[in-house]
Amino acid sequence: MRRRFLAKAGLAAAAIAATRTQPAAAQAPVEIQFWHGLPQPLGGQLEQVVAGFNASQSGVKVLPSFRGSYPETMVAAIAAFRANTAPHVVQMFEVGTGTMMSAGRAVKPVHELLSESGVTIDFNDYLPAVRGYYQASDGKQMSMPFNSSTAVMFYNKDHFKRAGLNPDAPPRTWEELAEVLKKLKAGGSASPMTFSWPAWTQVEQLSSIHDVPLATLGNGFDGLGASMQVNNPLMVRHMNNLIAWQKDGLVKYGGRDGAPDALFPAGEVSIAMASSGLRSRITREARFEWGTAMLPYYSDVGGAPRNSIIGGASFWALNRGPQGGRNAAEWKGVAEFYRYLSQPEIDAKWHMETGYVPVRRASYQVAKATGFYDKNPGSDVPIEQLLRGGETGPNTRGIRLGGYVEIRNVIQEEMEKAFQGQQNGQQAMEAVTQRGNAVLRNFERQNRG
Amino acid sequence: MRKTVFKGTALPLLLLAPQLAITAIFFLWPAGAAIWQSLLQEDPWGMSSEFVGLRNFTEVLAQPEWRGAAYNTLIFSSAVAILAMGTALFLAVQADKSIRGANIYRTLLIWPYAVAPAVAAVLWLFLFHPSIGLVGRALNEAGIAWDYKLNGNQAMLLIIIAAAWKQVSYNFIFFLAGLQSIPRSVLEAAAIDGARPVRRFWTIILPLLSPTAFFLLVVNLVYAFFDTFGVIHALTGGGPGKATETLIYKVYVEGVQNVNLGSSSAQSVILMVLVIALTAVQFRFIERKVHY
Repeated sequence: MRRRFLAKAGLAAAAIAATRTQPAAAQAPVEIQFWHGLPQPLGGQLEQVVAGFNASQSGVKVLPSFRGSYPETMVAAIAAFRANTAPHVVQMFEVGTGTMMSAGRAVKPVHELLSESGVTIDFNDYLPAVRGYYQASDGKQMSMPFNSSTAVMFYNKDHFKRAGLNPDAPPRTWEELAEVLKKLKAGGSASPMTFSWPAWTQVEQLSSIHDVPLATLGNGFDGLGASMQVNNPLMVRHMNNLIAWQKDGLVKYGGRDGAPDALFPAGEVSIAMASSGLRSRITREARFEWGTAMLPYYSDVGGAPRNSIIGGASFWALNRGPQGGRNAAEWKGVAEFYRYLSQPEIDAKWHMETGYVPVRRASYQVAKATGFYDKNPGSDVPIEQLLRGGETGPNTRGIRLGGYVEIRNVIQEEMEKAFQGQQNGQQAMEAVTQRGNAVLRNFERQNRG
Repeated sequence: MRKTVFKGTALPLLLLAPQLAITAIFFLWPAGAAIWQSLLQEDPWGMSSEFVGLRNFTEVLAQPEWRGAAYNTLIFSSAVAILAMGTALFLAVQADKSIRGANIYRTLLIWPYAVAPAVAAVLWLFLFHPSIGLVGRALNEAGIAWDYKLNGNQAMLLIIIAAAWKQVSYNFIFFLAGLQSIPRSVLEAAAIDGARPVRRFWTIILPLLSPTAFFLLVVNLVYAFFDTFGVIHALTGGGPGKATETLIYKVYVEGVQNVNLGSSSAQSVILMVLVIALTAVQFRFIERKVHY
């Protein structure tokens, strides 16, 4: 009797427990931790995209969390991985791609994630310059492209008119640009030109546009043994030009990274080479007529101009820690999230709201159909520039060097020394090659295992 | 002074325990981890780890960049200590005089200490930025080519001023307290003997202030070594080139930006040894000249 009572009580307790957990288990969505590195207002816009995904279905809930700037987010993710608490998805800037590619089993490649989850995304529709940046050398997709930009040239039409230049014919080549800068100076521009992200706009973009290698082994795509090749005649010539123009007051060095971004909207410079993402700020702040043009090229270099390369970031799926520790439902949730992001409507909306480029051709068509480019002339320049020259090749698909965050800083430092008059273009590029190679060899040694 | 002697060891240990625990958790543990890490070579993700002995140290010491940072640190720390202490001493002597509203001046002089380093840096940025800064624009209009983003010496000057400004308040409080503890009778006796104010300052006030000054010297050097990261990060980011990269900033660049943990740990261990040595030297040699 007593035993039966106990058994009954046990059953009842089990039943209660079951009724408590079971409906919850059926409804509780899989939670996906998502760390991103976009400050406001872009971060809020990204979190709205995530909210859109969460509202579109009930099985998966993505929890976005801002983790500081891109480098801070990268370090936070690495530290979390070492402590076995990595997020499912982390947004990683494009220069961190080489480091991520060598992360081995820390990373769950997109192609693996999709095939295991039975989700398909048509990567062939993605812009080659975008998808290629995040592919292994065998063409397998490693990370999920999302917010991508490229460098373009913004110019002040009022300054052009003041200097007697045609405001609708921006310079196409560096030779034309040099003449334009002199005229702008004569026409009253104190500082005719500046550039943001010095390493990105003046070294990486220049190499891609002229189809010249930045490093051996296809800019590092084919292995960790790559060496820097920036001490080439084109790069040295360009550096010497920049140094000479800076000396003559035609070019103003405005600082590292995005520091010079403020100069163009404020009307301090007539021409700025900057991220296409600067468009929204210029629209908001500029009190003058302005236009967008493609980055110039040297007309005597055969094969130029080719496509520019991208900036921005992509999404990487991570294991919980060195021992793995994720189940199929979690990976499936990540795959569903990626599928949502890949929809042309979502991508086109993001592009039109933020100034990032559409990453798919289909999204470009969607944006075209809404009349966006008629209302915002010039906002298709970055896309056309990315598509210039057809399929990408070994020198134009991007940079895949380990420790590239550090190498970018090396480039900026050596350029600064050159602008201070401490060295010429040849010496600067030799120094970048030598110091960059030290970084590459160190990275190779760390990642042998 | 009467010494308190406890019976047994349990109670004294218990009373010491909180401090010992804090030292262990916030100093010994991380310092030990840094020393261990400095002997390893690891990939950023920590999946392969190899014991390399002292190689990280020999590589760091062979780097021209590291020696450059050490030189910058030397210039920066001594300039910050001299400037911050000199200014604070001058202000303290002035504020110690019987003047109307002395309390208001004293309070105002203490304020900068409450400002966070990054905020202080932004204040100086708005003053000295070549194109948006008040002073920066004025300098350029006056024909002085001021651009700390491209001129290493100007960048160094700017971070020295910004870092010293933050520390002046702290030094001021201590100097003022030191001045107020000097017996009036000694100064009055000197005055009666015919010593003028300048002579009284050099022969009486300064020697009697030397314990305070010595303490502040140690504190200021440690401040310049370790606590100026925020100012440098927000103002120059170590540039232009590497003109304002100090040892502590290089540790950050190497460890956090470049995720080069072995090298970064080796550098922080070297820095730790340097500061321990510096403080030991100060206590061993300079303290002898201090009158208590």
